Amino acid sequence: MGKLTIGCFSSLVGSMTLDFALKLSEAAIKKGHTVDMWLSGNATMLSKKGQRKFQDYSSLEASMTEMLGKGLNVTACEACAEARGYHKEDLIEGLGRKSMDWYLASCFEADRVLHIGGE
Amino acid sequence: MAVEKKMAFIVDKLPYKAETSRLALTHAIASQSVEIYLEDEDTVIPVVAFVGEGVLNCLKDQAALKLYGVTSLEGHIKNALLLDLEVMVCKEDLEKYGLTNDSIIMDAEEIGGEVETQVVPFDDILKAMDSADHVLYF
Repeated sequence: MGKLTIGCFSSLVGSMTLDFALKLSEAAIKKGHTVDMWLSGNATMLSKKGQRKFQDYSSLEASMTEMLGKGLNVTACEACAEARGYHKEDLIEGLGRKSMDWYLASCFEADRVLHIGGE
Repeated sequence: MAVEKKMAFIVDKLPYKAETSRLALTHAIASQSVEIYLEDEDTVIPVVAFVGEGVLNCLKDQAALKLYGVTSLEGHIKNALLLDLEVMVCKEDLEKYGLTNDSIIMDAEEIGGEVETQVVPFDDILKAMDSADHVLYF
């Protein structure tokens, strides 16, 4: 089985990119692949716990937490998160926070990289 | 055995309008510390290429720090050159905007950089993308 690294740069609210990335991760993990997901820029919004669910907006905290339990490895960019006021104590349990070199290392080890740029 | 992997950071977005081009540069520069996560002597070889509207990131005399209190893309490009990253700019797209080598950041000599920006035909950027292990399109 292979390793997939998905880099996400779009925001949680205002685009469906993270919804897609999470669904793709789920499909890949079901097939037995390993998946790293990198949240950078506005995508760090997904790493914040306490998201309130509205039907008008994407809400992925619950489904992401479920995927963490199935082996999805999600890491948020520490600097991007801090710049937005998302501190370590705001992080959803099970997520990591690292600097950008972590993403490059994950890409280095990946068989495939899907880099989804920001808006 | 040491493994090298080439990663191409492609920038086609305007500077400052969004965070995208800044993230491209900061991620590319992060290649300089990626070894802490890798096996001994494994390394990432980054190449940064500006195409389309992205070439406007390379304009000289940016005043972002003075006007907005944020570091300029010019500063990031110079840091990339200082760290010997390969920085490519699409020649055809520069010409499309009426720009020349004199209009853009060609070196980082004043901070000790030794490598220069390469203004190249788009075909050369395609070749760089073809030869990369991963293309990161910002």
